[in-house]
Amino acid sequence: MAYKIKKTLLYVFLILLAITCLLPFLIMIVNSTRSGREIMTSFTLIPGSSLKVNWETVFGYFNLFRGFFNSLIVAIPTTILSGYFSALTGYSLAVYKFRGRGILFGIIIIFMMIPGQLNLLGFYNLVSSLKLVDSYIPLIIPAIAAPGTVFFLRQYVISVLPPSLLEAARIDGAKEIRIFHQVVLPIMSPGIATMSIFAFIGNWNSYLVPLILLNTPEKFTLPVMVASLNSSTDIAANQGAIYLSVAISVIPILIVFAFFSRYIISSISYGSVKE
Amino acid sequence: MSSEEVKKIKKKNINNVAYIFVLPFVVVFLIFSVYPVIRTLQLSFTNYKGYGDPIFVGLANYKRVLSDKFFWRAMANTLRIWIPNIIVQLGIAFLLTIIFSDMKYRVKGLSIFRALFYLPNLIAATSVAFLFKTFLDWRFGTFNQILMKIGLVSSPIDWLGSSSTAPYVVAIISAWMWFGNSFIILMAGVQGISKDYFDAARIDGAGRWKVFSKITLPLLRPILLYVAITSMIGGIQMFDLPFLISDGTTGSPSGILQTAIMYMYKFGFEAYQVGYASSVAYVIFMFILVLSIMQFKLYRREDEV
Repeated sequence: MAYKIKKTLLYVFLILLAITCLLPFLIMIVNSTRSGREIMTSFTLIPGSSLKVNWETVFGYFNLFRGFFNSLIVAIPTTILSGYFSALTGYSLAVYKFRGRGILFGIIIIFMMIPGQLNLLGFYNLVSSLKLVDSYIPLIIPAIAAPGTVFFLRQYVISVLPPSLLEAARIDGAKEIRIFHQVVLPIMSPGIATMSIFAFIGNWNSYLVPLILLNTPEKFTLPVMVASLNSSTDIAANQGAIYLSVAISVIPILIVFAFFSRYIISSISYGSVKE
Repeated sequence: MSSEEVKKIKKKNINNVAYIFVLPFVVVFLIFSVYPVIRTLQLSFTNYKGYGDPIFVGLANYKRVLSDKFFWRAMANTLRIWIPNIIVQLGIAFLLTIIFSDMKYRVKGLSIFRALFYLPNLIAATSVAFLFKTFLDWRFGTFNQILMKIGLVSSPIDWLGSSSTAPYVVAIISAWMWFGNSFIILMAGVQGISKDYFDAARIDGAGRWKVFSKITLPLLRPILLYVAITSMIGGIQMFDLPFLISDGTTGSPSGILQTAIMYMYKFGFEAYQVGYASSVAYVIFMFILVLSIMQFKLYRREDEV
């Protein structure tokens, strides 16, 4: 009996904790359908009828779809470039013996430890001397060189690619780049997919770098756009609208997570234990 | 030429392909990662303002950082947020690990709970900041309404506007964002422990707490350490959340939310003291470097044991 009670209490605790994780999102969604006045005066989880008004308020400040579109324009190529080139680099580091391989790998490990925010000033200085401020190029191109992803995929190749497979392909006379595209990439794809999900989410959520690089409001990515509400709105009157704009920015991530949570969780586990 | 030599030459040619394969990475890496790091170092010895020519000033910037009480205040602020954050975050993650690895109760639903607990970590800090800022707003926020409705408080509390609560509220929001991540890592550590240990312990008649304290905990130690130090390295760089919650780099209320990176950002992008901000970046980096070396050393020691 005591066992059952204790076990029930454990579940109650877990469920309460799960609710704390979900409740703010639920409140966000409910409040995005209520007017600022309703939110101010009463608390409920029953949706209201002001979704349309809030929608109009949000789009009166800025075109959120524009931000959505801008975020996609940055996040999609970034994800593809970092996936492809990290796979190619990681594979080369794992398979080929070439001069400088050790040095390159060492530098990659060192740069994994250098926090991105600390080369921010030099990065901005470089971008402005290249006259690329307010452009998406400095947000996208650096994805070609993602040390963390290269490191992960190098380890991944070593653990999943049987060397005999490469030998077989070479005896058949296939060119190296073709071997990479037709033999190696398919085998690596689960690892690439995992890193790509992280790359996409990280990019979609990225705030500091787009904040310093983009000046034109029409070019703002979603987080920068949502954050600009901070200074431009009156919280009292527009609470519903604020909740709505946050909700719109969060929904794509929730969808990605709903489909890929297994990959995401297994890769966090993998990264911490296997290294 | 013998066939052996032909094979050798061919093999060499095959390896040469690697230079072409790593070339895009190396070029972009040199331009966008290596160069900015060196450039920041270079600027840290100048009075560069973001425009005009930088003039070499030697170590003046570094002397200024180390003697500026506002820099140390920013470092202290960062710690004031990080310490309660890591206690709550690791505490909950650890408790969950104990619950899910307990042999007696055999709690189910690990994968669902894990996914739910991880959810807050996926959302942009900007959205989280906004959500809580609105939610905790002292006059209009929903949180105070709930508290008043159940009668916990009689008048609304200014959670984010008072310097006695703001750092702790930010710490808890941050813990809320990260405990799921820590839990997944700790749980992976437990699942990585060989079942043989547990079986042997059970055969020897060891109790649950004995198994936990003699097997699970010692084997989890390196992972706990990993989580704590990575969190500290991340914590020193805290920016988005306090920046957005406190309306910019001032760190209001009363500067208590101004973290080290916000201090750097203020000089680098608002006050046009890029040279000085660069030296701030390197001083912060030195702290992180020391922590990373500590982590590496501790790892090595764990390996040797």
